[in-house]
Amino acid sequence: MNRLHPVGKLLVCVFYILVVTSFDKYALDKLILMAVFPIFGFVVGELSIKEGLYRMRLILPLVLFVGIFNPFFDRNVLFSIGEGTAHEIAVTGGVISMLTLMLKGFYAVLSAYILIATTSIEEICYGLRAIHVPKIIVIVIMLIYRYFGLMGNEANRIMTAYMLRAPKQKGIHYRAWGSLVGQWLLRSMDRASAVYESMTLRGFNGDFRVKRKGVNPIDVLYPAAWILMFVFIRYIY
Amino acid sequence: MHMADALVAPAVAGTMYILSTAAAGVSVAEVRKENNPEKIPVMGVMGAFVFATQMLNFTIPGTGSSGHLCGGMMLSALLGPWAGFLTMIGVLLVQGLLFADGGLLALGCNVWNMAFYGCFVGALLIWKPIMKKGASKAKIILASILGCVLTLQLGAFSVTLETLISGITELPFSVFVATMQPIHLAIGFVEGLITAAVLCFVHEARPSLLWGVGEATDKNEGKLTFKNTIIVLAVVAAICGGIVSLFASAFPDGLEWSMEQVAGTAELEAAGGAYDAAAGIQEATSLLPDYAFKGSESAVGTSFSGIVGALVVVLITVGACYAFKFFKKNSESKAA
Repeated sequence: MNRLHPVGKLLVCVFYILVVTSFDKYALDKLILMAVFPIFGFVVGELSIKEGLYRMRLILPLVLFVGIFNPFFDRNVLFSIGEGTAHEIAVTGGVISMLTLMLKGFYAVLSAYILIATTSIEEICYGLRAIHVPKIIVIVIMLIYRYFGLMGNEANRIMTAYMLRAPKQKGIHYRAWGSLVGQWLLRSMDRASAVYESMTLRGFNGDFRVKRKGVNPIDVLYPAAWILMFVFIRYIY
Repeated sequence: MHMADALVAPAVAGTMYILSTAAAGVSVAEVRKENNPEKIPVMGVMGAFVFATQMLNFTIPGTGSSGHLCGGMMLSALLGPWAGFLTMIGVLLVQGLLFADGGLLALGCNVWNMAFYGCFVGALLIWKPIMKKGASKAKIILASILGCVLTLQLGAFSVTLETLISGITELPFSVFVATMQPIHLAIGFVEGLITAAVLCFVHEARPSLLWGVGEATDKNEGKLTFKNTIIVLAVVAAICGGIVSLFASAFPDGLEWSMEQVAGTAELEAAGGAYDAAAGIQEATSLLPDYAFKGSESAVGTSFSGIVGALVVVLITVGACYAFKFFKKNSESKAA
């Protein structure tokens, strides 16, 4: 999967999320079928399910908190399990819509994870350029990604200096927040200017040179097959 | 405040994408006009900075949103609204991809809720008018707090509207708004204080870095900008409402619509030997024939047997994927 063209993978990911979110709030059966894509991605791409689930930590509580109210407000009985027996369980619309919402959130995160785990940020940027996202936005995305580590290093240095100057303190005194953060920003900007200077000296003219990728038949077949599959589940199944 | 993909309907997401793309298009043109390549690395650093500050993230119960520092006001105070807006797009995209915070489909909504208000409303309507006669510590504090509070309120209100128009939650509008707005009032105030502290430091250390200070000396120009911005905002709001309501109306889905156009009916009936034979095979092989449970043909179209059927297909897929992997590995090891 890592060798596939980034544009195809980007297209499949966006189309998948689009189709998943377009399902009716009660369409749990069709949504369960949509699990075929993340399953394929995780198994064939040999990705860690643990890592994928770990990424849910930010989104799942939010989705859960929205969905958790649905069973209270929507109490229409859709169907019963074990009807006529002593253990009949009525399933309400609210429960189904909560489950579909959670599945939608789950799938969207997993599909984005499949994309990022099998495609480097440089390749994604290449894909974005290929679909004509403006150069400046793509460059900023790449720089944010690269400078993130640089900012972390600067923050570490500042924290060490603060701890050495002010030992035995619990956290950072609130009066120092502004100047510390400001210093952090200015130092990072200086580093960025230095990086920029060296970039221009090496011929940077505002454009990143990315090695062009050739398109193989599988690069066309992969998105086409998945898109057909999603359309089939959405409209025909 | 990041919205997840699951919380927006495609029509709402598409509308917000169009609006955010339009704002991005204008910003790209403005940044090109500025023609200041030295700004590019600063945009990268500022993006990474906002990225880091946004990681201070906490969940707001019952709302479907997270609370954190937004950073739009700080970005536009240092980079200007146009470059600030583009930087925020980068931040939100990287967050969506790397940290699953927000999402690819909800990107248009998130850009609008966090970047548009913070960068354009905050910078052009609050920061620039306050700073037009030069900056001072008091003015920076005032602009930062006012800007952060107002832009976060607008953003939070947009989140509420977008979630409700998407038809995701059964939560009543009033309850949703009453939860979102006060929490973001507090977040806005804290963000305002932090933004003010940083900008005050920058003002003392390197005042030249602050954007838009002492620029609008012409009073008429200032008034015109304000009026124009209000008009633009009103037009955008009207378009936004119009498009969203169009999409939200009860259109038949694409396939049904085309079937109605072609066949005159949304449901096709089939008859004939082959069809009957296929139906017979289907009946014989189906795990839960004739929908065994009450209400299975309800208007919503979801049934217990449907769900069980879907689960079976998923299990078969898991098996097929593992089989594929097994044979692939075998053939690779043979080739080696």
